[in-house]
Amino acid sequence: MDKLEYAALGQTIYHCVLPNGLNIYVDVRPEYGKQFAFFATRYGGMDLRFRGEDGDWLDTPAGVAHFLEHKSFDTEDGNALQRMAANGVDPNAFTSSSMTGYYFDGVQGFEENLRTLLSFVSVPWFTPESVDKEQGIIAQEIRMGEDDPNDEAYYRLLESMYMNHPIRTRVAGTVESISHITADTLYQCHRAFYRPGNMVLCAAGSIDPQRVADIAGEVLPGEPSSATPTDHGREEPRQVEKQLTRRTMPVSIPLFTLGFKGTPAEKGRGLRQRLVAELTCDVLFGPSAPLYNRLYEQGLLNSSFGSFYSSGPGYAFIVAEGESRDPEQVRREVLEEAARLGTEGIDPAQWERLKKAAYGTMVRHLNSMEDTCIELAEAHFSGEDYLSFPQVFQSIECADAETLLRSWCVEERTALSIIAPEE
Amino acid sequence: MQQYWKRLADGVELAVTQTDKFKTGLLAVTLTIPLSAASATAGALIPEVLYRGSRNYPDMERLSAAADALYGASLSTGVRQRGESQCVSVLCGFIDDRYALDGSAVLEPSAALMGEVLLDPATQEGVFRRDYLESEGANLADRIQARMNDKRSWAIFRLIQEMCAGEAYAVDKLGEVAQAKAMTAERLWADYQSLCSGAKVTFYYGGAAQPARVEDAVRRFFAPLLTGRTAPVDCLVVPEPKGPVRTVTDAMDVTQGKLAMGFRTGGVTMGSDSYPALLVCNALYGGSANSKLFINVREKMSLCYYASSMLDKIKGLMVVSSGVEFSTFDRTQEAILAQLDTIRRGDFTEDELTAAARTVVCSLRSRQDSQSQLEDDQLTRLLFHDSQEGESLIGAVEAVTADQVVEAAQKLKLDTVYRLTGKEG
Repeated sequence: MDKLEYAALGQTIYHCVLPNGLNIYVDVRPEYGKQFAFFATRYGGMDLRFRGEDGDWLDTPAGVAHFLEHKSFDTEDGNALQRMAANGVDPNAFTSSSMTGYYFDGVQGFEENLRTLLSFVSVPWFTPESVDKEQGIIAQEIRMGEDDPNDEAYYRLLESMYMNHPIRTRVAGTVESISHITADTLYQCHRAFYRPGNMVLCAAGSIDPQRVADIAGEVLPGEPSSATPTDHGREEPRQVEKQLTRRTMPVSIPLFTLGFKGTPAEKGRGLRQRLVAELTCDVLFGPSAPLYNRLYEQGLLNSSFGSFYSSGPGYAFIVAEGESRDPEQVRREVLEEAARLGTEGIDPAQWERLKKAAYGTMVRHLNSMEDTCIELAEAHFSGEDYLSFPQVFQSIECADAETLLRSWCVEERTALSIIAPEE
Repeated sequence: MQQYWKRLADGVELAVTQTDKFKTGLLAVTLTIPLSAASATAGALIPEVLYRGSRNYPDMERLSAAADALYGASLSTGVRQRGESQCVSVLCGFIDDRYALDGSAVLEPSAALMGEVLLDPATQEGVFRRDYLESEGANLADRIQARMNDKRSWAIFRLIQEMCAGEAYAVDKLGEVAQAKAMTAERLWADYQSLCSGAKVTFYYGGAAQPARVEDAVRRFFAPLLTGRTAPVDCLVVPEPKGPVRTVTDAMDVTQGKLAMGFRTGGVTMGSDSYPALLVCNALYGGSANSKLFINVREKMSLCYYASSMLDKIKGLMVVSSGVEFSTFDRTQEAILAQLDTIRRGDFTEDELTAAARTVVCSLRSRQDSQSQLEDDQLTRLLFHDSQEGESLIGAVEAVTADQVVEAAQKLKLDTVYRLTGKEG
C-alpha cells in the first residue's frame, strides 16, 4: 500500500486501489482501543436517475438508496446485524443525499467483522416478503421525520431553493414513493451502485493496513468496475425557486432555516471552496461576529443558532438555522450585513483569528476515527485530499470570502423556511 | 494512558488522564450541588450568564474572539444532572501545543480564560449585568419550553417527571419557566456566590500535558476556589419508593405515538456487586442490535420503529423507549413486557449472553477513545467515588453468569408507563 505522510498533522494514511476498482484508505492508530471501518457507496437520496448496465437511463422512485440501506443488512442465512452484534459490535448505516455508508466499531474480532460488513453490503438478498415488511418500518420512519420540525424546515428550504436538482428530494422518500419499490428495484440499484469501482473503504484503529486490503480482495467481486454515471437534472438557475415558505407545527417558538444558493466548485477546488464558505459563515454569522451578537442581544436569536456549508455534485449552499420570534427580520439583517462586508471588506485581524480557529477545529475533529474516515470517504468521492487542509488554509485570503458574500448572499439567491407555532 | 487523582483542598479534587493519543487537551471544572426545585433554575442560568462575558471579555463577541485566537478552543459552559445532583461546568477543548502553528503553549491561556469566565464575570453595580440576565432568562424559558419539540426525548422526560414525582431526580435540571423569567440579578448573584463557596469542586484534564503542569495551571487560575471552602454536601442516592404501576397518557398533535416505560432496578446502582449483571441484562433486553426488543418487537413483530432500553446507573432506573402506531400501544407494551419475562425465566442462549457481555465491553472500552466521554465518566467517578470502572469493571462484566442476569431481570420492577398519543381518536 502507498504510505501518505501528513507531517504537520502527525497523521499517516495508507492507500491503495484494488484491481476491482475499490479505493481503500487506512488510518493506523495503535494507541486506540477501538477499530472502525466505513464502507460507502457513491449513491444517495438524490441519485434517482442513472445509467444502467445496458446503457439506458433509468428513473427510480424517491427513497430507494435509503430503502436499500435498510435491506442490505439481510443475508440469505439470516441477518448480518445480529451476526456482528454477536461479536459485541453494533453495525450501523446512514444515507445522505449523495452517499450511503455502512460502518461498525468494535474492540475485538475486527477481521471477522470486516468480512461480515463487506459481505452483507456487497451480496444482495431481497425477497418480496421482506420488502413488504420493510415498507411498514420505513413508513414509520418517514412519519417520524414529518413530525420533526427541524427536518421539515430543512426539506422545505431545499424545495424552495432548487427547481430541478434532486437535492430537493427527501432522502427517505415519501410513504407514497416507497410503495413503488419492489425487490427488483432494489436488485437493479444494487447492481448499479454497489460495485467496488463506485465504492470506498476507510478503516482506522490499531489494525494492519495490508490485512484490510487482503480481506477486501478476498470478499469482494474481482472483476474491474468503475463509478456509475448519474443524472441530476437540468442546469439549476442561479436564483432560488421561492424566497419564502412557511407552515405551522406544534413548536414553542418559530424555527427557521435560511439558505443561500451557491455555485458548485470547479473540479479539484471543492475543499478550497468548502473552507472559504465555512469561513464566510464564521465571518457573517459566527459567534465572534458582530451580527450574531447584535441579534442575540436584541432577542432575535438564541444559542440554538448555527450555520453550515453543504455541497455535492451539482449543488452548493450555505444554511443558517435556529429559532427566532421574527425570522424575516433575521433575514433582512443578515442580507444587510453581507452587503456591508462585501463592500467595506472584512477586518483583517478578525480574518486571521477565524482562520486560526477553523484550522484548530479541523485538527480537533481528527480525534474522532469516525469523523476522519467519513471525511476521507467524502473527499475521495469528490476527488479531494482532505488532509491537505493546512496547506489549503494558507492559500485562502479575505478576498475569497468577500467575493462569495457578494455573489451568494444576495436576495434572489436567498430562501427562508419558517415553521411557526400553531395558533 | 495514565490515570492520576489528587485532592487539592477540602472538597476540591483533580483527576488527570495523561495520554498523547488525542490531538487536543480537555480541561473541565465542575461545581456540584444537590438538585432542588428551589435552586435548579439558578444553577441552569448561571452558566448561561457566565458565557455572556467576563471582566476582560465583556461580551460574547470578544469572548469568542479570545477562544478563536487559541486555535478555536471550544469554550463552553453548561449544566448536567447526575442522579439527584446538579453540576455546573466550564469546559474547554484546545489543540495540543505540538500542533500550534507558532509553537506557543495553549493549555495555560485556555485555563486562564476558563478561570476568568467562571470567577470574574462581567458585572454591573456589583451583581450580574441585568441585560444579560434578562436575555438569558428568556432563552432558558424558551429552552425549557422547546423540550417538547423532540417527541422521543420528551416522552422520556415526561415519564421521569411522573415516575419520580416528589424525588429530587424529577426536578428539571433546567429549572422552571416562571422562575427563569422572574429571576433578579441580586438573587442570581447570591446563588452564584453560594455555588462558588459551597459546591463540591472537581477538575478534570485529559491530554498530553504532565499532571504537575495541569495542577499548577489549576492552582494559578482557579485560586479562589481552592481556599476557605466549607465542606460540601455529599451527592445523595435516595431509596426506591413502592406502589402500583401507573399509566399516564398525554395527547399532542403527532402522527406517531411514543411509549416510554420506567422500571426501578431494585436498588442496584453502579456501586452494587450486581451492577455488572444489570449492565449485561440491559444489553440483552434492549441495549443492542441483537437485543430481545430489537429482534423480536421491532424486527420480527414489526410493532414499532424503535424499541430500546437504557440505564441510569446512578439513580437505579431502566427506561424502555419506543415509537408506535396509535393502534398498537397495547400490543407493543405487552410484547415489551413479555420479552422481559423471557429473560426472567432464563430463556436465552449462551451465545446471546456472550454477545450482550461483548456489547457492554465494547461500549466501556470505546469510551476511552473519546475525550468528552472520559471527562463524563471521570466526573461521575469523582462525585460518587465509583470504584468499579475501567478494566476491573470490564473483567466483572465478562464474568457475569446467566443466573446473575436472571436475578437482575427479576429485580426490575415496572413503575410507570407513559404514552404520547395523537389528538384525533
